[in-house]
Amino acid sequence: MALRTEELTFSLGPQHPSTHGVFRAMVTIDGERVVHVDPVIGYLHRGTEKIAEWKTYPQIIPYTDRMDYLSAMLNNYCHVGAVEKLLGLEIPEHAEYIRIIVMELNRIASHLVWWGTFLLDLGAMSPFLYAFKDRQVILDLLEEISGARLTYSYMRIGGVKRDATQEWLRRVDDFMDEMVKNIQGYNNLVTGNEIFQSRVKNVGVYDEAFAKRWGLSGACLRCTGNSYDVRKSDPYSLYPKFDFEIPTRTSGDVWARYIIRIEEMLQSIRIVKQAIRNLPDGPFMGKAPRNIRPPKGEVYFHIESPRGDMGCYIVSDGSDHPYRWHWRAPEFANLAAFPAITEGVNIADMIAILGAIDIVLGGVDR
Amino acid sequence: MLLNLTGLLTAPFTWLNLLWMFVEVLVMLVIILIYVMAALYGERKILGHIQLRPGPNRTGPGGVLQPVADVIKLLFKEDVIPAEADVAVFKIAPVIAFVPSFMTFAVAPWAPNVLFTDLNVGVLYFTAVTGITTIGIVSGGWSSGSKYPLLGGMRGAAQLISYELPLVMSILGVVLMAGTANMAGIVEAQQKWWFFFPQILGFVAFFISVSAEMNRTPFDLPEGESEIVAGYHTEYSGFRMALWMLGEYTYIFADGLLCATLFFGGWHGPWLPGWLWLLIKAMIFVFLAIWTRGTLPRMRSDTLMVFAWKFLLPLAMANLIITALVKAAIAGWF
Repeated sequence: MALRTEELTFSLGPQHPSTHGVFRAMVTIDGERVVHVDPVIGYLHRGTEKIAEWKTYPQIIPYTDRMDYLSAMLNNYCHVGAVEKLLGLEIPEHAEYIRIIVMELNRIASHLVWWGTFLLDLGAMSPFLYAFKDRQVILDLLEEISGARLTYSYMRIGGVKRDATQEWLRRVDDFMDEMVKNIQGYNNLVTGNEIFQSRVKNVGVYDEAFAKRWGLSGACLRCTGNSYDVRKSDPYSLYPKFDFEIPTRTSGDVWARYIIRIEEMLQSIRIVKQAIRNLPDGPFMGKAPRNIRPPKGEVYFHIESPRGDMGCYIVSDGSDHPYRWHWRAPEFANLAAFPAITEGVNIADMIAILGAIDIVLGGVDR
Repeated sequence: MLLNLTGLLTAPFTWLNLLWMFVEVLVMLVIILIYVMAALYGERKILGHIQLRPGPNRTGPGGVLQPVADVIKLLFKEDVIPAEADVAVFKIAPVIAFVPSFMTFAVAPWAPNVLFTDLNVGVLYFTAVTGITTIGIVSGGWSSGSKYPLLGGMRGAAQLISYELPLVMSILGVVLMAGTANMAGIVEAQQKWWFFFPQILGFVAFFISVSAEMNRTPFDLPEGESEIVAGYHTEYSGFRMALWMLGEYTYIFADGLLCATLFFGGWHGPWLPGWLWLLIKAMIFVFLAIWTRGTLPRMRSDTLMVFAWKFLLPLAMANLIITALVKAAIAGWF
């Protein structure tokens, strides 16, 4: 006998323990099974792209901090890199190396937040605090060099704000060794856990065609076997000089995304260590014009953020502020696929899938 | 402090006996409240240390007054009843959930002849009474007139069906070995060795299902915070909320006592008095429950059901059959 069931629609968020900020989803469920998800975004919309049209190019940098607030260094770089491409500026190697060090540190910090909150979503409390303990060390290091804990505004058009001291570099290097051990500890605590694996394996599976159709990038794309990573596929900065790998998996589930991010942290550590070892001498600021007035034209510059392919598109009319300034936020594109992935899964899996997408609402809503 | 009050229920009904019953209940309540205070503090401190932070350390020396502050906060909070709620059920639900947890203490054997009720089906009574709590959870979830509590309540019901059978089955092995369902009798039977050793399979099944009964990590599905906010008690506040928490903590203690009684020789132990031994064993169990909470992620509801039906139940049944066969062989029936 078939039981008569009734669908139930409820609002997940914007104030919910696992929507990481102010994401809201109207979820229709049948029992524990999700029938339909309707994402509602925009609670954190601040009109950054429009504001940018009234700001001079250097003035935009602090605004980029506040978009994807977990990877402010990379946001800074994406904007600064686009302007430099438009200007055709030469950046001193020393500055570029320091940029890579801070960007990869920021990537590790961002992945640590993801790791902690993802496990919080799965009901494990303690990993969150372990991750934040290690992240705090990175934040302290970045604070020391940039003066801010999260909103760094450290990049300048033509270089960076301040030079790294030998002492700072040594501390970063020491911490990277420690971090390798800590990640091993994370694996011991969580990755091998039977309950954890049963929660993430074969959950939220999709294939490469699906990922491409939805424009996914970052770990959400690489979990399907595609090795697209802007650092390798469309190299920028000095990444071609570094020896690192792009971790990929083929299973396309939450487990694959988890493992990829853990391995990415190890690869970032490799990059930081190489950068510190090979750091050339030189100025930390290039010869940038005092008034930045790029020539008429447009430019698109994209980098690999912790969440995927992040891009900055600038249309210049020759004045000191952009005519149009657009941002491609990878988490926005990744989140778009969320309803399609979650159809038919149960509530617990839906939370795991949302966590594995790694959204930062500051970036989604801009 | 504990008196030999056994047999009061079978004694003739007089005013004096009634007075004694009240005293007994009062003693139980005081014990439980003291324990809950200690457990609240202990849990926050232990979790704190597991998570590399000091835990509460501002209220009183070392934060020992934290539970007092918590309780006072809850008492002073407004008692919110949602407009959509079924008021009568909403009000009674936390009571339905808490009272059975309190009732289980009636059969806890503290020392030879020191137990509140010497029931000859003590184990059965224990498992039967704990099942009532789920009715409280379901009605609390349903009567809130809200969606997250409803989901939590339904999960609670689904969980009860899954763990209750393996739990009872795993206990049956012990009952078979002891030859009695009387709690004190089971402890007496462990004079020589703990049942933990011969009943290791049963213990595994028991420990997992009893964790599921306590609604705590990794089986905290009915209140899975990251999924359904706070589950069945999302809409509760103030003292009703305190009752839910009281019930939850009391269950950890009660299940600790049950575990110690069934598998770890109850009051048996050298040097120290019996009741202290039982308390120590129960507290080790409480510590284990807190430790688990600090370490494991949550299971998924369907995985829990599959696990309970396809692994725990067969395990408990196998244990029961082996116990029965061995007992028969020893008795020389073959």
